[in-house]
Amino acid sequence: MGVNSNSLLGGDGFITTTIEAFANWGRKNSLWPMPFGTACCAIEMMGVFASRFDLSRFGAEVARFSPRQADLMIVSGTITYKMASVCRMIYDQMPEPKWVIAMGSCTCGGGPFDSYAVVQGIDEFLPVDVYIGGCPPRPEAIIDAVMKIQKKIDLEGAPIL
Amino acid sequence: MSFDFDSLIAAINSAYPGAVKERIEYRGETTLIIDKDRISSVCGHLKGTFGFTFLADLTAVDYLEIRTPRYEVVYHVHRFGPEIDENIRLRLKAEVHGDNPKIDSVTHIWSGADWLEREVYDMFGIVFTGHPDLRRILMPEDYEPFPLRKDFDVRDREASKRSFERALREGGD
Repeated sequence: MGVNSNSLLGGDGFITTTIEAFANWGRKNSLWPMPFGTACCAIEMMGVFASRFDLSRFGAEVARFSPRQADLMIVSGTITYKMASVCRMIYDQMPEPKWVIAMGSCTCGGGPFDSYAVVQGIDEFLPVDVYIGGCPPRPEAIIDAVMKIQKKIDLEGAPIL
Repeated sequence: MSFDFDSLIAAINSAYPGAVKERIEYRGETTLIIDKDRISSVCGHLKGTFGFTFLADLTAVDYLEIRTPRYEVVYHVHRFGPEIDENIRLRLKAEVHGDNPKIDSVTHIWSGADWLEREVYDMFGIVFTGHPDLRRILMPEDYEPFPLRKDFDVRDREASKRSFERALREGGD
C-alpha cells in the first residue's frame, strides 16, 4: 500500500494497493472461528473468547456455530474416529478460504489416548495450519496461534475468486 | 429394623431353588453369585418383593485365562429405605460362558437397563436375549471387534479406521 501523492489523482485522501493485499488484510483481521470443541480444551477456548483474554482484540471473536459463516476451524479436544467423520464434514461445509488450528495434545497427536477409538492427530484427515501443544494450552498460546494464522494469511494469502 | 440378607437369600432360594449359588461379604458389601439362567426371575423377585427399585449399574468383566466361565455380568441394585438402615446396595454376579455368550435381559424389570446392556454388548459382545433394541451404543454400527475383551489389542485402530472411511464415503456416523 502507498499513500497517494499524485496531484492529478486528487492528492491526499486515498491510498493505492492491490486487490489481493486489500482482501488479505480484511481476511486476517476478521477471522470468524468455527469452534469444534469436544473436550476440556474447549473450556480454555471459551476463556480466550471471553473478556479476560479477549480474542476480539485480534478480530477473531465472532465464533460461528454454523460452518457456512466461518473461515477458521479451531479443533479443541480429543477426536475419536466416530467424531472424525463429523469433523471432516463440518470442515467441508466451510467456504474457501479456510484455515485450521489443532489445539491441544489430543488433536495434535492423540494425547494420552493411545487407544482403539482415538485419532492419533487430526492431520490424518484435515489439513492443519497451526498446531498448539499443551494439555490444555494457555490462552496466550491460542492467541499466538491466531496471530500465526494472520501472518500466514498476510504472507501466503488465498485466491480472491 | 435392619435389613436381613439371610431371609432374602432363603426367600429367593425357596422360590427358585439353587438360584443363589454363593454369598460373598467383603468390607460390608454383599455379593450374590446368581445362576445365569435364573437372573431375570431373581431380579424380578428382588424388585417385586424386596423393593430393589433401582438398577444402579450393569457391567461385565472378562476373566480370560484367569477362570472359567470367562465372563461375569455384574448388577448393582439398590433399595431406598424407608428407614435409613434399609438403604441397601446389593451386587449380583452371573457367570457367562465364553463361546456364544448369552444372558437374559432385565430391561422388562428395570427399563434403565436398556442402554447399560447395549454398552455391555458393545464392549464385550454378550448377547442379552429379550432386549428390545440390542445395537451398539458407543462404537460405530459397522464396527466388528468387541474392544473390552481381553484378547483385543486396545491399540488396534484398523477397525475404527474402516468405519471412519465408510462414514466419510456414505455420510452418517
